[in-house]
Formats: sequence, C-alpha cells, structure tokens
Amino acid sequence: MNENLFASFIAPTILGLPAAVLIILFPPLLIPTSKYLINNRLITTQQWLIKLISKQMMTMHNTKGRTWSLMLVSLIIFIATTNLLGLLPHSFTPTTQLSMNLAMAIPLWAGAVIMGFRSKIKNALAHFLPQGTPTPLIPMLVIIETISLLIQPMALAVRLTANITAGHLLMHLIGSTTLAMSTINLPSTLIIFTILILLTILEIAVALIQAYVFTLLVSLYLHDNT
Amino acid sequence: MASVVGIFSHSSVSVPVKDKKLLEVKLGELPSWILMRDFSPSGIFGAFQRGYYRYYNKYINVKKGSISGITMVLACYVLFSYSFSYKHLKHERLRKYH
Repeated sequence: MNENLFASFIAPTILGLPAAVLIILFPPLLIPTSKYLINNRLITTQQWLIKLISKQMMTMHNTKGRTWSLMLVSLIIFIATTNLLGLLPHSFTPTTQLSMNLAMAIPLWAGAVIMGFRSKIKNALAHFLPQGTPTPLIPMLVIIETISLLIQPMALAVRLTANITAGHLLMHLIGSTTLAMSTINLPSTLIIFTILILLTILEIAVALIQAYVFTLLVSLYLHDNT
Repeated sequence: MASVVGIFSHSSVSVPVKDKKLLEVKLGELPSWILMRDFSPSGIFGAFQRGYYRYYNKYINVKKGSISGITMVLACYVLFSYSFSYKHLKHERLRKYH
C-alpha cells in the first residue's frame, strides 16, 4: 500500500516516451472554436463562460495590462479544465507535477516583474518599502520585501501542486478506507462514504478555486507592475 | 474511411475520393489496400482530423446536442487512463496470492 499510494502520481510513459504530453494536449479537444455567430450548445456555453471570466478578470487593469488578457484567460481555462479532468477515475493530473507548475509560474511572474522594472523603475522599486515605516527599520524591511518578492513564483507553483496533490491523496486514502471497512463494520462504512462524497464536492470546488487563485495572483502582480 | 485531401470539417468541403472505403475492400485486397494508405505525418494528421470532425459533426455540432456528446469522450478518456495505470492496479486485486 505504501508504494501504491503515490503510484497514481507517476508520469505515464509509453515505452519510455512521455505520454504526459498527450494528456496535457487533451483539454483543447474539448474546447472547439467556431467562425459562426450562432453555434451549437457546447460552444455557446463555453463562449459565455469565457466572456464572464474575461470581464471579471480584466476590468481592474489599464490598457497596458489588458494586453495580457489572452494569456490570463487561457491560463485559467487550462488550469480549471486540467484540474477537473483529474477528478475522473484513474486519470493523470499534470498539475500535480511541480515541474509543470513551476514552468507556468516562473515565466509569468518574471514577465510581470521585468515589465514593471523596464517601464517604471521608480514605482517598481518603491514596492520594496511600505509607506510610513520608522527610519531604523528600513534596511531590514527592504530585505524582507525583496525576499517576499523573490518567493512569489515558488509560492504560486507550490500552492497549486500541494493543493491538488493533497486532495487526490485524501480521496485515495478515504476511498481505500471505505473498501477496507466494508467487510468489518457496516455503519462506519456509510459514515466514511459520506465523507468521501463531501470530499469529492470539495475537490471540485478546489479545482476551480485553485485555477482562479493562480490567475488572480498573476494578474495582481501584473497590476502592480503596469 | 474516405481518403480526402485537404481540411474536412463539413460536407460542403468535398473533394474527390481517392480510394475505396474500408468496407468496400475485398478481403484478398486488404494488404495492398493498407500499403496504399498515406502513412506520412501529414497523412496521419489528416486521419486524426477527419476522425475528430466525424465525431464532432455527428454528436456535438447539432441543433440540440446533449451532454452525451462530451460524456462519451470523457468515458473514453477514463478507459484510456485505466489502461495506463493497469500495471499498478493489478497488484490491488482481491486475491489471496498476488
């Protein structure tokens, strides 16, 4: 059981080739495009959703920040679909791999910060010192703010990885508990099964929320720097 | 399985059929028919594209598409992932001796 607990997080391979690439490329098949104004039901719901998301997300940015809207909306759609597909039985979730989340977080954060430093140097540097600090505290506070800036991409990646991985692990554990207890003690099985159902509902929420949080934070870093 | 050249997304984009369809090929001709198929990368990509649009136009791109259009795809995805993780799962069977 110890080896099997983490077996679902191993990246699948076909004869040594990464099949994880195929699995990452699967969500776009579920999101068709269309050149017509009136479409079938699937495309209509998806377009309505994307409109809602882009309106919610991009109203707080100025013109320069809105050039990132394609990136941010596709980011949230990708993370949400990948997380939700990972809730299906036996499927592999790419966002459980830290490597992939780092690959998403570091370029986006670095892009926002470098953009800020290139255009408005004074404003970007001013973030290192909050207003109204007493003078003796300044050196220490600058160090702390620098560290908190540099840790942002790590925090983004690790937050997403840890949340999704922890949720999947919990579901595995409680599911196997239900199976094991079914032969021993029936009423407790029902209780644990109820916990499993609640956990699944939570996981669906977590999948969506994590996508939202990731994208929101990136857009926040963008807002600071435009 | 008509062999068409070019993008095939709906029936008004029609091009002449290059070969016989699979169900019309006689059994003795099957090896030569397989060898005549286009196995280049663009040929394989064209085959996937035709398959995708066949499914899309039949189940999703209709006036009152139901949820079964997507559910069938997700069920196939589950089976596909199951075949990948079978190697780990076969140790978890309820047997006395593994």
